[in-house]
Amino acid sequence: MTAIVANSRQERWWNSRTAHRFMNHHLALLGMVMIAVLTLACVLGPYLLPYDSLYIDLRARFAPPFTGHHYLGTDPLGRDLAARLFMAGRISLLVGFSAMLLSTLIGTLVGVLAGYRGGWIGTTLMRTVDGFLSFPSIFLVLALAAALKPSPMMITVVIAATSWMEVARIVEAEVRSLREREFVQAGRMLGLSGTHIMFREILPNAVGPIIVAATLTVARAILMEAYISFLGYGIQPPLPSWGNMLNGAQQYLGSAPWLAIIPGAAITIAVTSFNFIGDGLRDAFDVRGDHT
Amino acid sequence: MRGFLLNRLSQSLVLLLIVSVIGFVVLNLIPGGPLAQFGLDPSMTQDDLNRLKEQLGLNRPLWMQYLDWAWRLVQGDWGHSFRDGAPVLDVIGRHLVATLLLMGSSTVIAIAIGTWIGIRGATHRYSVFDYLATVGAMVALSIPTFWFGLVGIYVFSLRLGWLPAGNMYTIGDGSALNYLHHLIMPSIVLALVHVAIWSRYMRTATLDVISQEFVKTARAKGLSERRILMKHVVGNALLPMITLAGMQLPSVLTGALVTETVFTWPGMGRLFLDSLGYSDYPVVMGLLMFSAILVVLCNLIADIVVAIIDPRIRLS
Repeated sequence: MTAIVANSRQERWWNSRTAHRFMNHHLALLGMVMIAVLTLACVLGPYLLPYDSLYIDLRARFAPPFTGHHYLGTDPLGRDLAARLFMAGRISLLVGFSAMLLSTLIGTLVGVLAGYRGGWIGTTLMRTVDGFLSFPSIFLVLALAAALKPSPMMITVVIAATSWMEVARIVEAEVRSLREREFVQAGRMLGLSGTHIMFREILPNAVGPIIVAATLTVARAILMEAYISFLGYGIQPPLPSWGNMLNGAQQYLGSAPWLAIIPGAAITIAVTSFNFIGDGLRDAFDVRGDHT
Repeated sequence: MRGFLLNRLSQSLVLLLIVSVIGFVVLNLIPGGPLAQFGLDPSMTQDDLNRLKEQLGLNRPLWMQYLDWAWRLVQGDWGHSFRDGAPVLDVIGRHLVATLLLMGSSTVIAIAIGTWIGIRGATHRYSVFDYLATVGAMVALSIPTFWFGLVGIYVFSLRLGWLPAGNMYTIGDGSALNYLHHLIMPSIVLALVHVAIWSRYMRTATLDVISQEFVKTARAKGLSERRILMKHVVGNALLPMITLAGMQLPSVLTGALVTETVFTWPGMGRLFLDSLGYSDYPVVMGLLMFSAILVVLCNLIADIVVAIIDPRIRLS
């Protein structure tokens, strides 16, 4: 058992076929570059810009982009849009990423348990997954977000609580198909505990599909945060997020369209990049099925 | 068929049961629970609240409260709106048609365009068209629906002045043409994501069918490619799409909520947000349960329709 594992570790991951296939996927590489640039801009950008995200420049309210001192223009209060965009990006990317971690964790636990145990535990868990999937996700998220105190942490938890089902389904199917394989039977024969078999023997074989699903979950979590913040139930001002920057933008659509166009473009670029990366990973790991 | 129907029906019943449990949990997560309405009223003392709790049976064990709540749900007693005291089901009914109109028209658009793109992508695999359709679908899936709506309003309403920026009709003009004029932009905005999803699945389904033996037989018979595509491929590829249409319903409802907000469309999504703003929890809960029940029922109907058309499914 350990010999086989040790053997497979010999191969360096960056020399593996998976890595090669990923590197040949141009869209995925483009996505990686875009996310890297976006993340760097959000981390470093606020330090490099002349204005703070909360500084109110009353004489330059509604300044259009690419004119004057404010590179991307200003909002109705005269705050620098570029500075706010980068600060918002920190929150939006962080919420999207943390929500992905949490929902992947929940989904993996549920999926492994349901797939390995099967029987009535498996059936109950998977029917619960179906139950959650029957609700239009935004109705559930909004009802919960309105009921609970809206802090970035709570928004993350609420988004994760309503987006773990896809991962659970994928992991369950994968684990169920691996359950009867020889190496699992060997593990049982050796007297390994159920937990050990589930998480040490079976789970590593399902890593590919989990990573693919997790990447696509980041994309969906960023979108969901944008939706609920746009509707006013997500991240609350003065904390900026890409979604809540769009919250008041509709009423200035005629006079200051950049207020709507710029944050929306940022969301689209981030989400597209994660979807590209997910697509590349799916090809690289050779995960079957078309989940787009 | 009988066995299939019974099996599928019992599955849906179990699902409805689970859906109701999830709904009940959400209801009790709201601060103040079912009494949230009175918590905001300064004239209510703690004693009043306790008395109400006693009267409404809210100090009984949770499972008894659940049974009570679920039983009233089954009977059609979904409570009353805090805002105007109207029964929740009536309030939902008043907004249902607008949402169905929007969802229906955007689904027609999504199916028409998505099917065409999917089939063309499959028959011209790895062509420039196929590549652009694949990339385009991924980008379309990444555009926030509300932002697409805002950009649409900016371009077509504010700049070009071709289409109205919102509402379902112009006050004082109730003609069908006027409704249609208002329907164009929201339904296209709502359709975008589903064109993308539909075209990807249609491409996969068409490729599956094309590689099958009976298509080879049809070619061997000397049928023209066009005839093979129309008669043998499209019909078979569309069959799994019926199931897909049912599965996509939650996401269409999610999109409808956002689209209705941007275009001030008086449907269920708009109602949901308004009710949330007024802390009108009976309507919020009602819409939550109503949409989930709608989804379960539509999936059931989709599966039954597929089974009627395709004997392989009902006999297996």
